[in-house]
Formats: sequence, structure tokens, C-alpha cells
Amino acid sequence: MTKNLYSTKGFIYLACIALISLTSCKNTEKSEDGEMNTNSKLALSDNNADLTLPDGFGVIKVADSVGAARHLAVTADGSIYVNLNQPKNGNGILYIQDTDGNGIADSTSGFADYGGTGIYLTDQYLYASSDQEVFRYKLDENQKIANDTAPDTLVTGLINRRQHASKSITLDGSGNIYVNIGAYSNSCQQQDRTPGSQGMQPCTILDSAGGIWRFNADKLKQTYGDGTRYATGLRNVVGLAWNKQNNKLFVMQHGRDQLHTLFPDLYDEKTSATLPAETMYMLNEGDDAGWPYIYYDQQKNKKILAPEYGGDGEKTGAENAIDPVMAFPGHIAPNALLFYTGDMFPEKYKNGAFIAFHGSWNRAPEEQEGFMVAFVPFDNGKPSGDYEVFADGFSGMEKVESPGDAAHRPTGLAQGPDGSLYVSDDAGGSIYRIIYNK
Amino acid sequence: MIKQRFFNPLIFLFTLSSFIALNSCDTSKKKENKEPEIEVQETKSATAESNELIPEYIASGKSVYTQNCLVCHQSTGTGVPGLNPPLKKTPYVLEDKERLIGIILNGSNDGLVVNGSTYSNAMPAFAMLSDLDVANVTSYIRNSFGNKAEPITENEVKEYRATLK
Repeated sequence: MTKNLYSTKGFIYLACIALISLTSCKNTEKSEDGEMNTNSKLALSDNNADLTLPDGFGVIKVADSVGAARHLAVTADGSIYVNLNQPKNGNGILYIQDTDGNGIADSTSGFADYGGTGIYLTDQYLYASSDQEVFRYKLDENQKIANDTAPDTLVTGLINRRQHASKSITLDGSGNIYVNIGAYSNSCQQQDRTPGSQGMQPCTILDSAGGIWRFNADKLKQTYGDGTRYATGLRNVVGLAWNKQNNKLFVMQHGRDQLHTLFPDLYDEKTSATLPAETMYMLNEGDDAGWPYIYYDQQKNKKILAPEYGGDGEKTGAENAIDPVMAFPGHIAPNALLFYTGDMFPEKYKNGAFIAFHGSWNRAPEEQEGFMVAFVPFDNGKPSGDYEVFADGFSGMEKVESPGDAAHRPTGLAQGPDGSLYVSDDAGGSIYRIIYNK
Repeated sequence: MIKQRFFNPLIFLFTLSSFIALNSCDTSKKKENKEPEIEVQETKSATAESNELIPEYIASGKSVYTQNCLVCHQSTGTGVPGLNPPLKKTPYVLEDKERLIGIILNGSNDGLVVNGSTYSNAMPAFAMLSDLDVANVTSYIRNSFGNKAEPITENEVKEYRATLK
């Protein structure tokens, strides 16, 4: 056998392997004709890649260990752009392709020397954010980036004090881009996260953070003065999406932490693990969701005055603040929101909301929960039923003591051209594609 | 001899290309959930001390930990990825005693980089804890979660605190 290695045939064989190996990770041309993959060609993962889903749904594990995959977007030919929390091998954004149509990634290239979360795709541009800027990249007719080293800088100088730094983005289709600027604080205490510390009155953090800012999607080098504070009183929004049915912005807020640690006389550990709600809001320009003065109690269905502002767990407050359109269990960290407009899934999913929950840490010492993707049915831009767990089992374990133990944590959502739902994971670096195959 | 000359560059090319492919794609590597065990387990360290009583700081330090530290740093001492740093096998806990006492008394809002990851949440100052509580909780975390390091005494905390005034 070893003799073959010395032969001319052996040389050609090895040279070919070498060539394939060298080029497999480059930005290879796709030999596809623009047709969508048929489900029959797709290599479904055994046991749905250990996820539990409603009947008739299947999973293809598109990629694994790509890095801390935050938000993602899928092109018309099924290729994926994913923003990484920090660059891996010098690439902050990956372009992932499946060239043979089995659904599994076989070509990956990358660009961008920054890490970040936000990403949004149109026919003409890829929009992506670092933790202080928003960029856009011109696309060619195949939604490939023409020049990946020279993006336009749309927005710059956004506040980044590490805490709640993700600048998630979405567009409204009318020339505006919406950017989350999270509050660099838990509850606007004079000393952040310090037991007993009172709230700043007023909370000056809200001047430059703790809300959604709107910018022009076509204007370069904008900063605070060029934008509009579209909505305020939002502690941190990682998942946001424009609902095309009623033309409104919807956001998922991460509720405050540590009621028991900071105010042990008012809240016991169990209450603190349960409260407050993670909340979904429908926003109009000028809305105030009430942070830090109130939190939403999903058991009382009330806006409760925060203990830093004189609350006792019962008193209500901030009557001018809007109510959520849906409340979810506390601390489970909604990191992505997507309105499903595809035709692949059954009718009940049409125009409904999928939410990727990252899973909790703040429930400790209670067990951690919420490493899952939830679904909320919608009718004409309003929830038409309660939320349900759609995809579960990401953590890979029955009981999660600490979030660092979870194998996978849902972080981003995207819809494929055929109506597949893609889920990214910033713990295991997996990209899942969920299809309906009945 | 001629064949030999062919052989070497071939193997080189093959190895090089495989290396490049493995490094640039990196799609096959499984996530390691557990950090490599570089230190003895807590149970083993207890065994090593089986001739002695379990030090007093373990129980009292654990009580201070549960009340003040556990939610953020977790019962496992592994912290929360990206938010709250781990206490398990990190130089901040195992090495310089004064730096550790300082973080507890002064808090930390520097975005600490621990084992290559940045942690974003602010840690409040715990200056209200007594010298004995700080000694107990630092000694507890230095000897839990697989850690093993010299305990910190009440006097060491007292001396450090005096430098702050």
C-alpha cells in the first residue's frame, strides 16, 4: 500500500486532497442554480440533535463550534451570516454555506475585526453591529459582500460600558434602523448591584441608554444627536423585530436581577427567582416601559414600584408606562425575536413570534431554566394565545445548576428562504435549522 | 532515491493542508463543558486533611458566600459566561491575597479578563462585611470548587483594610 504513495497516481491524489483542503474554507463559488433545496436531500440529525420539538418538525445541525454565535441572517440561497460575540481566528462575522444541498455547512469564510451581536439582511445590504457601532456592507446580486474590509459606518459612538452592551438592530423597511442601547446598570442604583443602595432620581442613565434609538438607515457616521430616542425605560433589549402585519416595533426586555440579594427583607430567594417577568412590548414612538422605576410582576399582572424607588413588592408605580403585550417567566433572558412569515410551518405559526431564550443565571440557588425557543401565536399584530415552548433541550441536561454547564444556549433566530427556522447558540457555537417535514 | 525525494514534500503538503483545513474550519471540535482538572477535587483535599478537622472557615465562609456571592458566582463557583467571572481555578482567587481582599472590599467594575474571557457585570463593594467574614469567605473560595490555596487570616484582612483609610 505504501508503494502507492510513491507513484505518480499517489502524487496526484495527495495533491488533490491538499488543494481541496486548502480551498474548502475559502469563499468558494457555489455551484448551485438558485433552486431551493428539497427536503428529501436534507441530512436530518439523529434524534433531532437532542432537541424536543412538536410532531412533524425535524432538525439539521448546520454547523458546530463556530464560536460565540449571536444573531444570524439567512440569504435567498440559504447561506448564513452570523455575528460572533468576539472574533474567532480574526473573523467577527462568518459566512457559512452548504454547497451540496444536504443542509450541513461545508464552506465557511469570515470577515470583520470586531465582535458584536446585531445583524440584519436586505437584498442590498448586510447590517451588523459591534458593541458601539453599526456598519453596513454592500451586497452583490447573490447577497455576497463585495468588499468585506470597507463597510459603511452608519452609527458610531454608542455607549458601551460592558454591561448590557449588545447593540441589537432591526429595520422597518421605510429607511429607518432601530438600535437597542442597553442600560449599563441593573436598576439604576446609586451604587450598581449594591445591597440597599437607592435609585438615582431621576435615572440619568436613560439620557444615553436604556432604550431604543432610531437612525437613518442610509446616512453615514450618525451618533446620538442624529438619532431619535424612539422608546425609553427599557433596561436591556437583545431581541427586537419589526412586525410587518401592523407595522410596529416589538421588543423583548430582560427584566431586572437580584431582588433578594439587594433587598432581602422584602423578597425571599424563591420570589426573587420567579420575579420579575421577562416582557414583550409593542412600541410606539415616545413610549416608556418604566425601567428602572417599576418592574412587571407576572403573577399580579401589575407594574410594581422598584424597591430602589420606595417599593415594597406590593405598591404599583409609573402609571404612565406602557404594559407588556406578553409576560414570560423571570430571568430566562430573551435574546432574539422573529415574526414567522414562511409557508413551511403549519398555519398556526404564520405571523406568530418565535423567541430564543438564553437561559437563566439569576435564579440561583434554584435550578436554572429557559434554555429554549418559545412560540406566541399572533393575529393582526396582537398575541392571540399564550406562549408555548417550541424547541427545548438545548442545555443537554435534565437539571441545570449553573448556566455555564449548558451545552447550548439559544441566542439568535432567522428564517430561511424555504421557511426553515434557524437558531444560533453562543455556548456550543451550533447553528440549528428546524424544518417541518410532514 | 528519486522516490524518496518525491515522498517528503508530499507528506509535507498533505500535513500542511490538513493543518490549515482543521484550523480554519474548526467545525468538528466539540465544546468542552468541563474545564480540565488541574487541581485536586474538594473531596480529595478534605481527604488529605482527614487527620485534622475540617477548618472552621469552610462552614462559616460558605454561609457568607451563600448570602452574598452565590447568585452571581453560582453554587459551583463557575460564574456566568460573559457576565460574572468564575472563582474556580483563577489567579484572582488563588494568587495574590491582597488583590483578592481588595476586590471584595472595593468591588470591581473593570471588565475583568479571566482565562481569556471578559466579564461585564459590576461587582459591588462588600466593605460592610467584618474582617472575620472576609477572611472566612476568601479562605472558603480558595479551598472550594477544586481550589487549594493558603487560607486568609482575619489579621491579613484587618491590615489590608487599614491601608484603605
